[in-house]
Formats: sequence, C-alpha cells, structure tokens
Amino acid sequence: MFDLASLMMVLPEEILSIGATVLMLVAAWGGQKSARAVTWVSIAILIGAGIALMGPASSGGVAFGGLIRADAFAGFSKALIYAAAAVALLMAPRFFERTSGGDLRPEYPVLILLSAAGMGIMVSAGDLLTLYVGLELQSLAAYVLASFMRRDARSAEAGLKYFVLGALASGILLYGISLVYGFSGTTMFDGVAQAYAAIVPGIHDYGLMFGLVFVFAGLAFKISAVPFHMWTPDVYEGAPTPVTAFFASAPKVAAMALAVRVAISAMGPAVSDWRQIVIFASLASIIFGAVAAIGQSNIKRLLAYSSINNVGFALVGLAAGTQQGVASVLMYLTIYIAMTLGSFLVVLQMRDHEGNPVESIASLSGLSRTRPGLAAAMAIFMFSLAGIPPLFGFYAKFAVFSAAVNAGLFPLAVFGIAASVIGAYYYLRIVKTMYFDDPAPAYAPGDSAVEGGLITVAAIFISPLGYLAIPVLGAWTMAAAKALF
Amino acid sequence: MSGFPILSLMLAIPAVAAVACVFLSANAARWTALIATLADLALGIFLWAQFDIGGPQWQFVERHDHLFGVFGYALGIDGFALMLIMLSVFLMPICIGASWRAIKSRVPEYMALFLVTELLMIGTFAAQDLFLFYVFFEAGLIPMYLIIGIWGGANRIYASYKFFLYTLLGSVLMLIAMLWMAHYAGTTDIPTLMQTDFPVHAQTWLWLAFFASFAVKMPMWPVHTWLPDAHVQAPTAGSVILAGVLLKLGGYGFLRFSLPMFPEASAQLTWLIFALSAVAVIYTSLVALVQQDMKKLIAYSSVAHMAIVTIGLFAFNRQGVEGAMIVMLSHGLVSGALFLCVGVIYDRLHTREIDRYGGLSINMPRYAVLFLLFTMASIGLPGTSGFVGEFLSLSGTYQLSTWIALLCTTGIILGAAYMLYLYRRVAFGEIRHDDVRKMPDLSIREFWLLAPIAAVVLWMGVYPESFLAPMRNDVGTLIARVSRATPVSDSQPAAGKSAPVAKGEAR
Repeated sequence: MFDLASLMMVLPEEILSIGATVLMLVAAWGGQKSARAVTWVSIAILIGAGIALMGPASSGGVAFGGLIRADAFAGFSKALIYAAAAVALLMAPRFFERTSGGDLRPEYPVLILLSAAGMGIMVSAGDLLTLYVGLELQSLAAYVLASFMRRDARSAEAGLKYFVLGALASGILLYGISLVYGFSGTTMFDGVAQAYAAIVPGIHDYGLMFGLVFVFAGLAFKISAVPFHMWTPDVYEGAPTPVTAFFASAPKVAAMALAVRVAISAMGPAVSDWRQIVIFASLASIIFGAVAAIGQSNIKRLLAYSSINNVGFALVGLAAGTQQGVASVLMYLTIYIAMTLGSFLVVLQMRDHEGNPVESIASLSGLSRTRPGLAAAMAIFMFSLAGIPPLFGFYAKFAVFSAAVNAGLFPLAVFGIAASVIGAYYYLRIVKTMYFDDPAPAYAPGDSAVEGGLITVAAIFISPLGYLAIPVLGAWTMAAAKALF
Repeated sequence: MSGFPILSLMLAIPAVAAVACVFLSANAARWTALIATLADLALGIFLWAQFDIGGPQWQFVERHDHLFGVFGYALGIDGFALMLIMLSVFLMPICIGASWRAIKSRVPEYMALFLVTELLMIGTFAAQDLFLFYVFFEAGLIPMYLIIGIWGGANRIYASYKFFLYTLLGSVLMLIAMLWMAHYAGTTDIPTLMQTDFPVHAQTWLWLAFFASFAVKMPMWPVHTWLPDAHVQAPTAGSVILAGVLLKLGGYGFLRFSLPMFPEASAQLTWLIFALSAVAVIYTSLVALVQQDMKKLIAYSSVAHMAIVTIGLFAFNRQGVEGAMIVMLSHGLVSGALFLCVGVIYDRLHTREIDRYGGLSINMPRYAVLFLLFTMASIGLPGTSGFVGEFLSLSGTYQLSTWIALLCTTGIILGAAYMLYLYRRVAFGEIRHDDVRKMPDLSIREFWLLAPIAAVVLWMGVYPESFLAPMRNDVGTLIARVSRATPVSDSQPAAGKSAPVAKGEAR
C-alpha cells in the first residue's frame, strides 16, 4: 500500500529518520573527524524538518487510517521541539571539546535527531500504540544521551538510573494501555474516547478507570510530575550539561503535548476523572518543586527542581480541560523552553580558569561584577522563572491561571499561585548570589559567539519586548488547541 | 487635548536613559539620570498645566487595545493619578541628587535602577488596563529588591528578601481576583470596570484579594513589619522613594479598585479597615516612641500616617477622601524629606543612632531649621501640609464613626510626642561628642534638595486648593459611586431645632 497523502503528512519524521540513518553511516566511516560536519548537517536537517512542517504535516488531518494525526497542535509542538533540539546541538561542540578532551563524538547529533523523530511521533499520535512507539524511540535515544560521557561516573549513573526508572514507567504506561484496550476494544483515540463517553454516570467502569490512572502515571513520569519525579534531579545533575538542557526542553514539550493529547482526544469524556489526578500532580509538583529546590547547592539540580515546578504550572492549564487551557499549556511551554534553555546556556558558561565546568551556586557569587552581561541575562531568566512581571515568564503563568479561573477552578488557582511565592525564594537566591555577594574567582571569559548570541536572543525574548509576540503566539496556540476539540 | 502621547513620553524618557546609564561611566550616569528625571519633572508640570479641571474624567488617554493579546496598552489619568505622578516626578530628581555622593560603587547600575523605578511608578498610576496596572505594580519589586540588596546596610539581604516575598505574596492573590473580574466583565478596561456592578457575594472575595495586596503595600498593621526593615537597610534615596511613592500605591489601589469596583464589600468590611487602622495608629506610634534608630522611628511613623489615609478613604465622604489624598501627598513629601535629613547626618557620622547626636542646632543651624519644619509638618502643625490632610481625614471619619476618630486622633498627640522627642534629642541640648561638633552645616547641594520640598510643604499647608482642585470632580464621582452602600454613621448629626416656646411666656 502506497499512501502518498499519508507519507506527506509525516514528512518531518521521514526527513529526520532518513537524515539520522545517513548521518549514522557517515559517522561510522568518518569517525571522530566528522563530528563537526555531522553537527552542522543535523542542524540543517532539523531546519528542513521545520520547513516541512508548513506543509500537510501541520494541516493534513489524519494519516495512516488514524494512527497519526497531522494537525496544527502537532505542528506547533514539533516546531518547539525542533527549535529546542537545534539549540541543544549548538550548545554541544564546545562543551565536549573542553570537558572530555575533544571528545565530541558524531553520535551525539544522530541521537538527538532520532530522539526528535520519536518526539514528533509522540505529539502526533492518534493511537495508543503509535504513542508508545514514539515514546520509546525518544526514550531510548535519551538514555544513551544521559550517559554520553562514558568515562564520567556521574553520567553513567544518570543514564542507568534514567533507563531503569524509565523502563518501569514504560511498563506502567503499557499496562494502562493494555487495560484501556481490553475494556474498550480499540487503541485508536477516537474509539477510546467513545468508550469513555459510554460510561454511565454513577456506575464505575473499573477497567477503564484503572487504565486511565496507569496511563496518567506513566505520562507523569515522562513529564517528571510529582510523585513520579524522583529520577529528575539525579539525571539532570549527572548528564552532560547540553544533554540536561535538551532533557529540560524538548522531551518536556513532547511529553506534555502527548499528555494533553491523550487527556483531551482519547480521554476527553472522562475529564472529571482525570482532572483530579492532574490537579493533584500539579499542586504537588508546584509545592514540592519549590520546597525541594531551596536547599540545593548545585545549579543543575536546582534547575531540575525548577523544571518540576514548571511542569506543575503547565498542568494547571491542562486541568482546565478547555480549549483555552490547552492553548495556555502551549504558551507556557513556549516561554518555558526559552527560559530554561537560556538558563542552561548560562550554566555552560560557568567554567573555572582551566575551562573545567563548575556547577556550584556559590561560584556564581558576584557574577554581576565579573561578567555583568551574563549576570543580567541570568537575572532575567531567574525573575522570569519566578513569574515576576514585566518579564515574559509572568505571561506564561498568567495564561495558565487565566484558563483555570475561567474554568472555575478557584482553589487550584489560589493555592497554585500562592505556592509560586515559595518558588520565587530560590530564584531570588540566585540573583542574590550574583548581585549581592562578594565576587568569587571569575569564570573563564566567554569564548563562543554562538552561545553568547543564543543567550542574548533568549534574554530578549524573555524581556518585556517578548510581550509584543503575544498576539502572534496567542493566535498560533489557539489554532493548535482548536485542533484537539 | 492634544493627541501627543505625553504619558508614553514620560515612560520612554527614563527607559531610554536607564539603558544608556548601564553603558556610561559613573559621572556620566549621574548626569544622565539627573537630566532624565528633570525632563520628566518638566513634562509633569506641563501635564498639570494642561490638565483640564472640570473636564472629562480621564485625560491624556492613549489606547492600543489588545496590543498584548488579552490585554492592551492603555494610559490615561484622572486627578488622583495626576497628583501622584506629580509626587513621583518631583521626588525623583531629589533622589538622584541625594545619591550623588553617597553612592560610590556601581553608580551606573544604581542610576539605571532608579530610572526604571520611576518608569514603573508613573506607569502604575497612568495604567488604564487592569493587567497593565498589575505588570507595572509588581515589576516595581525587582528594582527595589536590587537597590536594597546591593546598596543597603549590613542586614540588607534579609530586608530585601522580606520586602520582596511579603509584597509578592500579597499581590498574587490580587492577580487571581483580576482574572476573575476580567472573565466576568469581559473587559480589562479600568474605567469600564469601575462602572461594573459585581455580584455582592463575589465582591467580598475580590475585595479581600485586593486587600491582601494593598494592605501589604500600604502597609497596614499587622503586615507592616517589612517596612521598618526595608527602610533601615535601604540607602537614603531608596527610603525616600519607598516612603514617598511606593507606599502610596496601596492607597491608590484602594481608591482606584477597592472602593469604586466593590462598594458593597467596602462598606461591609469598613470595620476591618477601621479596626486595623486604629490599632496601627496607636501601636506603631508607641513603638516609634522607643526607637533608637532614626530611620526606624520614621518608618513606624509612616505606618501610623498611612493608617490615617485608610480611615479617610473608607469614610465614604468628601472630606475623608480628600483628606486621605492630601495625607498621602504630604506624607510623601515630609517623610521623604525626613529620610533625607537623616541621610544628611548619616553621611557625616555613618550612624543612625539617635543618642550619638545632640545639639545639632548649635553647629548646624540651617539643617536644624529645615529639620524642624519637616518635624512640625509630620506632627501636623497648622500651616503645614500635614495639618490639612489629617484634619480633613479625621473630620471625615468623625461623620462615620466617632470612636474611630477619637482613637485615631490620639495618634496625632503621640505623633507630636515621638517627633518632638526625636528632635529634642538630635538638635537640642549640649553637643556631647567631638565628632558631632566637627560636622559641617548643609552643603549647597543638600540645601537645594530640601528647600524645594519645604516650599511645597508650606504651599500645601497654606493653600491646599491648588492640589485639591484637580481631584475635586474625581472625588465627587467616587462618592457618587459608593453612596449606595455608605455604612450607617454612629454620630447621626441632625440640624438643630429650637426648643419649643410655651405660649404666654413669649412676652
């Protein structure tokens, strides 16, 4: 069967997988020398996939008899994923050169491409099994990436931990899927939705409900929402910094978008059932992410807890369960990846005189005097993550809480926003360290125009100037959300 | 009314100057900041001159609805906003002048942060969109946090955290209330919302959410504790702007949101405001009486003065509201000036301990005269601005609640006690310390920082009409809006009737 229309709708995934396969061969024959070239070609492939999004990939509708949905929602999520993956590629070369003696292996960009292909399938899944295939493709690439610095014990530990716990979560998810399949007779989202809609109010259908709970538990692991977050700090701390930046951005977007699609498209009729789960996970993530971050002394660990905290806020928008809620989740993710990639780019600049990476928060002391520009950018990201206006992070929180209030979820909105003040404390601590404390030994001067440029772009996007992008972003996210309803 | 966007220009000047300052040397940054703030002052005076008293309620309106998607960029001022903007632009060049020599490290950043603060203050008062207001209102935390934290005293980090987190916690609940209002009314336009009748049961919750924010900003007892810490640790100019303008945001919020948008809830909860204010007046005045630190004493006196503002605002009559506005303006000038006076001697001796001074009227006569004037204005001596405001505010309160008026008037007496006691210990008596004896009198720069404030304090005290006239119509509009909910007064003043005269005795 040769279904040209369907093949056109998955054009981005085709570009990515074919590109990744070819590059893998290049890497196998070219060896270490080809690393730089492979990186640049990979970025070109990601751009190509991004361009392909403008075609039927974001407006085609249903492909392969419903296994894939190429709609605006998938298009918008993929655009974010590819952008984040490209930044993760740009960050990598210098980092690996400095830390492991020129050990940038060409497998890194290939794995990122494969992971991006998997994420693309995740966000456009129209079937529980497509979902699982995409998720595993992404995850397997991610496990290898986490342990990419194979001579570094922490990196190896991170990869192993991620793999074991990730496999457990996949098992939970698969178990949930099997229950849903068993009690609804189908794995297609439409059919599953019909099965949930057919539940007579008042009579509990335990099979479908257990399936729902297990599916959400598996997804909660992937987005690292409390109580399935335990792997996050260890993996984020141990993985090489560019990989951590990647984990905190692209897979987060993909898993979150996947959770939104499953919740709305497949389990939409059971909204009152999964809403409780989402509300619990949301508040627990906001509060736990904030409280646990207070005692951290390692910046990567702190950002890991920050990402847990942020997932909690994104879930506030999902809890609303409305079109506005879905749009606000996408808006949140857009702003969040800019903030988090910016922060990790700053972390990449934290190097002592010999060029070795430093990760302690204390080493940021007095950064505003030794590297004023870098400190200002970091301060912008931190205030923005804390959600203080006039920075763009405020609008992200504004959007999700607006959706929650409009959906009538007042207790969630009130507790969630009150708990955001706890989060402000540890973000302020970074600013305090950089601005109020006496200077620690200065970092090595910035030597990468690419990284400096990316930090500047992210900081400008997060600055009040970003507000001018709201009408455009708002229209896009709204159009994307509409595709699910 | 010209179509020229004068309010946007007032926002743009400090914004541009702040960016420029970052890239300049210390001295160039000082001059840039001074010129920018003076330019804003000139624009402010122009604004006042052009303001059409008795004209439309909202003037100098600029609207770009939906510029930011769900909310827009809308500016416009009424009389209240005009007066508070004038206060901000008037104090700002003085703050820059006060920091001219006192701030030696990281001057460009300091000046840039002050300019950002000015931008945000003007924006808060001029915003006509609910969320634009919130953005300006909240954003003020960032520069103030950095000013206290970088250039503050020994305990600056604790103070900066306390300031930031206290005010943030107060404000986030207001955001939820705003989201609900925007959803209910379908608009984020403040003038429209001021005409919207929200359901009475919702009003109470909304009112409490706004109260949480404004009470902390104001600050009202018992959430005032961040203020003494912030004041004591902030540099002199930081204290001036904190006391002078930032505290007024709370009062402005009550005036702009709580009263006109939730009249019924305001009436229901007037007892809460009155009770907290009465406690604040008496308690913080007593606390002020025992302070050893000059700045702390003035900080506590600020809390007491702000309580006079809140009772005036919630008196639901013209005297009360006008008095509250005058107290706000007067307190902005007077407490700002008092902090400058503390700064003057702090720069010489580097201590704020009251006992280290004494007898300053002997070797610093010019300083002593100006300090005396501001002390008297703080007490509320007739002829100074303090008297006008406090008298109007208390007489307005008396019409609603005689008991609260009685309790709060004791604050005036206590205020006289602690201010005079402070002045006696600092300025009178013998000079006991040699280093105090060597202190030179006011320099020309310092004199010109204090003299304009002194002039305006006297002007407001002798002829308050200049300041009341632009606000008169707006007070009328506000009173008309809340009149349907005005609580019952306990004083029940009635027109006097002559005693009946028995027939036959008339001859």
